[in-house]
Amino acid sequence: MPDDLNWAIGGEAGDGIDSTGKIFAQALSRAGRHVFTSKDFASRIRGGYTAYKVRTSVDRVESVVDRLDILIALTERTIDENLDELHEGSVIIYDGERTTMQDVEIPEGMVGLDVPLKSLAEDAGGAIMRNVVALGAACEVASFPIENLDESLEKRFKDKGQALVENNQQAARLGQEYVAEEYDHDFDYDLETTDADYVLLNGDEAIGMGAIAAGCRFYAGYPITPATDVMEYLTGRIDQYGGKVVQAEDELAAINLALGAARSGARAMTATSGPGIDLMTETFGLVAQTETPLVICDVMRSGPSTGMPTKQEQGDLDMTLYGGHGEIPRFVVAPTTVAECFWKTVEAFNLAEKYQIPVFLVSDLALAVTEQTFPPEAFDMDEVEVERGKVVDEGEVDSWLDEQGRFQPHFPSADGVSPRAFPGTTDGAHMTTGLEHDALGRRTEEEEVRVEQVDKRQQKVETAREEETWDYREFGDPDADTLVLSWGSNEGAMREGMEFLAEDGIDVRFISVPYIFPRPDLTEEVKEAETTIVVECNATGQFADVIEHDVLERVQRVNKYTGVRFKADELAEEIRQAVREPQEATK
Amino acid sequence: MSSDVRFTDFKSDKQPTWCPGCGDFGTMNGMMKALAETGNDPDNTFVVAGIGCSGKIGTYMHSYALHGVHGRALPVGIGVKMANPELEVMVAGGDGDGYSIGAGHFVHAVRRNVDMSYVVMDNRIYGLTKGQASPTSREDFETATTPEGPKQPPVNPLALALASGATFIAQTFSSDSQRHTEVVQKAIEHDGFGFVNVYSPCVTFNDVDTYDYWRDSIVDLAETDHDPHDYEQAQERIMTGDREHIGVIYQDENSVPFEEREGLEDPMYDIPDGAPEGAMDLVREFY
Repeated sequence: MPDDLNWAIGGEAGDGIDSTGKIFAQALSRAGRHVFTSKDFASRIRGGYTAYKVRTSVDRVESVVDRLDILIALTERTIDENLDELHEGSVIIYDGERTTMQDVEIPEGMVGLDVPLKSLAEDAGGAIMRNVVALGAACEVASFPIENLDESLEKRFKDKGQALVENNQQAARLGQEYVAEEYDHDFDYDLETTDADYVLLNGDEAIGMGAIAAGCRFYAGYPITPATDVMEYLTGRIDQYGGKVVQAEDELAAINLALGAARSGARAMTATSGPGIDLMTETFGLVAQTETPLVICDVMRSGPSTGMPTKQEQGDLDMTLYGGHGEIPRFVVAPTTVAECFWKTVEAFNLAEKYQIPVFLVSDLALAVTEQTFPPEAFDMDEVEVERGKVVDEGEVDSWLDEQGRFQPHFPSADGVSPRAFPGTTDGAHMTTGLEHDALGRRTEEEEVRVEQVDKRQQKVETAREEETWDYREFGDPDADTLVLSWGSNEGAMREGMEFLAEDGIDVRFISVPYIFPRPDLTEEVKEAETTIVVECNATGQFADVIEHDVLERVQRVNKYTGVRFKADELAEEIRQAVREPQEATK
Repeated sequence: MSSDVRFTDFKSDKQPTWCPGCGDFGTMNGMMKALAETGNDPDNTFVVAGIGCSGKIGTYMHSYALHGVHGRALPVGIGVKMANPELEVMVAGGDGDGYSIGAGHFVHAVRRNVDMSYVVMDNRIYGLTKGQASPTSREDFETATTPEGPKQPPVNPLALALASGATFIAQTFSSDSQRHTEVVQKAIEHDGFGFVNVYSPCVTFNDVDTYDYWRDSIVDLAETDHDPHDYEQAQERIMTGDREHIGVIYQDENSVPFEEREGLEDPMYDIPDGAPEGAMDLVREFY
């Protein structure tokens, strides 16, 4: 009996799909099972198809696959939308009493479980609990102990009173019993529970958590999908650590507020998505020119313009690498897993302050909305280090004064990094400006000083290249002929995809790169491989471009820009084709 | 804060490049005097400016200062203040900076009511780009880009502030040094967002709103029975544009600044070397 299960609930936005999916995911996680979730949603509040998918296994799961074993269909459309992933033996739970579901046809070979969700929910205390009835039914199908669901429901509803918790638990029981009594027990699933303790969170939450851990005290942002969860996470939590979240009037204000806070010495951050990054670009230049440490998080979605706001894409790499007029030194760090969203956020703050430079923290929608299980040690707070760089206090200011006793905030030190005096520091008063300036921060157009300051700012990048580790994560066979490179959320799909490839006897070396700039030099790795394939969710291959630029060699590209993340089996098929029919790398 | 601070301590050794006779000299001197009078010193003061002639002010003053991008000085100042409420924050801007490109920020800065001051050098013209219409230019004011005048009414910044829920609205004339200083001082002392629109004449490009025009038109509210704590009176003064008023036009005595409402007291720069104590609770929440 298989232990892996792909489960989904789908319906219209406003049907409570998200919270129901989350309750189930948490129940699985609390039962010591690994979980990987994904969401299909439309950019509207009510109406429009939406689904929450859960993949679970006792072993670690890193990706979604093209397969659905149990589907709770609250609408007929849910079945149509998922037809490709349903297979012979897939179980569809639906409410045949619902007016719109009365004529529903269960596709050939699949098992339709007609469960009176609404009436059972009413028996338990209210029609609103019909989704929970369906969860109970799903537990029965999956042979998953319903007690785990009880805990999850308690967590969800305890603030609203014990009565509501019990009603929901009862609703789940009624669903379970209905399936047990009305249908023969010949379902293929038997979900084990284990003693493992897991936490379940998504990429946006991990970024927020990383920010607090790293000592971020000020966050300003403007709501935008899919970055808003970062702000929602921080709101109410950061205050407990002496910080503040400000919802700005627009993205321009957001980044300027964050810049101001950073000038005051706070670790500050803003997060947005592509359109917001566009709006912030002018101030981004100011941040760099004033050498202000700032973390700017771009949770990418499908563009350009408003594009597809609720869909996946990795289309902003060029923007974060090159965006802004003039030449702007910046770092671009891109986490590849939910846990890395936490660690790379911590690192982004350290890099920003050590080098007094803006750091783009680039995540994507797939990471942002994916909830994944981890042992809590994956977020071991004892491992968090805070490095603030060259902050000078009252005693140290003296050594950075010029002959007239003026503090030099842009002193061109050999490593390019200058002293930093927080406002309030005696004798540290200084000007900073977006204009070209001298060591004192004062406007200048003198050729020599201009060159000196440009070189100084670029020197920070060179220093960082030398002093920091710009490594990558490697999987698979290091000696394989085929090298696959990717960035961002594709790591999970590729790691699982390698298992599918291995079944076909295709071994690959897989390198997942979390640093876009500076980045590891992959020249040797590419030269050693017979074929290099760069995998990314965009149409033009922006990461492939930088790799070609670095190694002066053409690479193959596997691109997906449908708005949906790579699935492990689908990606494996793409790689399989690329390996078997190596086409002329085109551009 | 040291008690022996003189206003000249706020002066930098850079000579202003403003045109001789520019109203901004008087505006800036008043700001420096007001800062010194209110017991501040350069090391606890943060001055933010945007772009334009007004934007140069941070260069000529000595304090912690940031010269930012056009129209965005207010959010920077608010960020500075929120992250360190112990600082005295003053934002300076021009009429283009504040009422055109930054108009949105102005409205929201006013309603946020952070305890800081905002001084706008209003000369009713774009000076640094050599004389185009500004949002406060008169309807028939002829410029290179508006040969027949803007043909739209000027923005009334005081009305905009009042409508946005301002707790302190004042107007001054830069050449009336004593009144200007006194009013800016009141803006600094106000518990909340102290907004001062300063008429700061442009002698090079604006030959309508001149020193003479202002001298003839000004009504000093101190010489009337105006009560700045009376909202209705303030409303009337602000909405009737036949006389140019100077002085404190409106002040809400019950103003509670943002920081107080939000419990922001401590500077945010002080953080531990590692994750804050009890941070594992943040992880456990996700069980």
